[in-house]
Amino acid sequence: MAAAGAGRLRRAASALLLRSPRLPVRELSAPARLYHKKVVDHYENPRNVGSLDKTSKNVGTGLVGAPACGDVMKLQIQVDEKGKIVDARFKTFGCGSAIASSSLATEWVKGKTVEEALTIKNTDIAKELCLPPVKLHCSKSMLFPAEEKTQLSP
Amino acid sequence: MLLRAAWRRAALAATAAPGPRSAAPTQGLRLRVADHAPQSAVPSDTAAAPESVLRPLYMDVQATTPLDPRVLDAMLPYLVNYYGNPHSRTHAYGWESEAAMERARQQVASLIGADPREIIFTSGATESNNIAIKELEAAIQPDTSLVSVMTVNNEIGVKQPIAEIGQICSSRKVYFHTDAAQAVGKIPLDVNDMKIDLMSISGHKIYGPKGVGAIYIRRRPRVRVEALQSGGGQERGMRSGTVPTPLVVGLGAACEVAQQEMEYDHKRISKLSERLIQKIMKSLPDVVMNGDPEHHYPGCVNLSFAYVEGESLLMALKDVALSSGSACTSASLEPSYVLRAIGTDEDLAHSSVRFGIGRFTTEEEVDYTAEKCIQHVKRLREMSPLWEMVQDGIDLKSIKWTQH
Repeated sequence: MAAAGAGRLRRAASALLLRSPRLPVRELSAPARLYHKKVVDHYENPRNVGSLDKTSKNVGTGLVGAPACGDVMKLQIQVDEKGKIVDARFKTFGCGSAIASSSLATEWVKGKTVEEALTIKNTDIAKELCLPPVKLHCSKSMLFPAEEKTQLSP
Repeated sequence: MLLRAAWRRAALAATAAPGPRSAAPTQGLRLRVADHAPQSAVPSDTAAAPESVLRPLYMDVQATTPLDPRVLDAMLPYLVNYYGNPHSRTHAYGWESEAAMERARQQVASLIGADPREIIFTSGATESNNIAIKELEAAIQPDTSLVSVMTVNNEIGVKQPIAEIGQICSSRKVYFHTDAAQAVGKIPLDVNDMKIDLMSISGHKIYGPKGVGAIYIRRRPRVRVEALQSGGGQERGMRSGTVPTPLVVGLGAACEVAQQEMEYDHKRISKLSERLIQKIMKSLPDVVMNGDPEHHYPGCVNLSFAYVEGESLLMALKDVALSSGSACTSASLEPSYVLRAIGTDEDLAHSSVRFGIGRFTTEEEVDYTAEKCIQHVKRLREMSPLWEMVQDGIDLKSIKWTQH
């Protein structure tokens, strides 16, 4: 029972991971103001960077991406008995926007139930961070599997 | 005739050559006196930045270089006073402009051991490359082919064995072209020793102005090229269009300065390059230098910082102007094709950053860059799931990653 619950939790965490496309190479030598200050802020004042105890049965861990693609995100959520997300942590290997996106995701999911959290769309995140359109190119590999159902066992 | 010759002499006297080489030519030069300090503030978001806002350190010389002040000195009279068309044959304005153009041609030729008649001015190395490649279609023999090799690579700084390649091409009667944009004025080049038939030169890579370059086309044995643009037949019919005197004067001056400064610059840049690499590698584990360390131009340092993505590091190093991958492949979201070609693992290709060290780079800039780099790589590794997995003893190559 617990193992199945943990599995669902892990899938839920994976489902919450958002993918952010990489900044085109030509913008890299641009001054800091080409990165929206909200994006920079998530790096300079990180919130929720770190790890939760992955062996705990209240913690779900999702890991998506591949180093060869330049994008790997790990998202962990801690859920209470009522199915509410009480804590979230992330770690990202990726561009500034990828870091900001996953950081923002951990902020938004806290206090929501898992079902509510699943309704967060990558377009919402991109809008909040003012990501330019070219950065949505990876949204096609968004992980919000429609069949995801999360019923947590106590 | 006499009048024209007299004008030419007067014009040459008026346009003083870049100043005689002083004991320490570049030591006292501080181009960014008002602009830079080791701790530079983040530029504000407002469109009209106040005068006191500091700018990032410039460590991206492979993308472009600042104008050497001596080059600007040489150009200014031709932007203000001596504005004649160098192809005007009937008055003093044309004569003096032509004299300056020919003098610049001599300066470019002298840098690469060529005859001035073998230098054609273009708008840049890209145009020169196009002319050289198009030459293939204009070749006389039906079985002629062309070898084209970059002298120094702009991403990783690797030097190709140009002399050896030239030898082979010459013995096989194959044309040899090289894009020497990143090499001219930085490493010794001689078109005759190296048996080069065609060479592309870029102004703005050697502290000259943007919008100008040259192509070297061998006369003996004659290499025939087909013009890309037709018109009034300027530049021996190989490149029609009014030659922009101020720009070519700048290119010529840049070449002359480079010829004088080459040895000094190379020594200084080598030391700074060594300093940067040592500082970083001493303090950070898992850093890889891309490119052959032996056949390498020291001013172009390309490092991969494992477990940290290159763009995030560039964002973090906001006080330093750097690059990751080539600006030429800007539209593509692929990792650097150069790194892929030398067999770098894809994840390391995403983690690469290019540091450019040039004539005006100071030791303080190098130290600041190294310190900030070390600080932010450590910080980004703390945020990296890959670093965490490696610290836990997991072999990343054994993981089955999800499809992207």
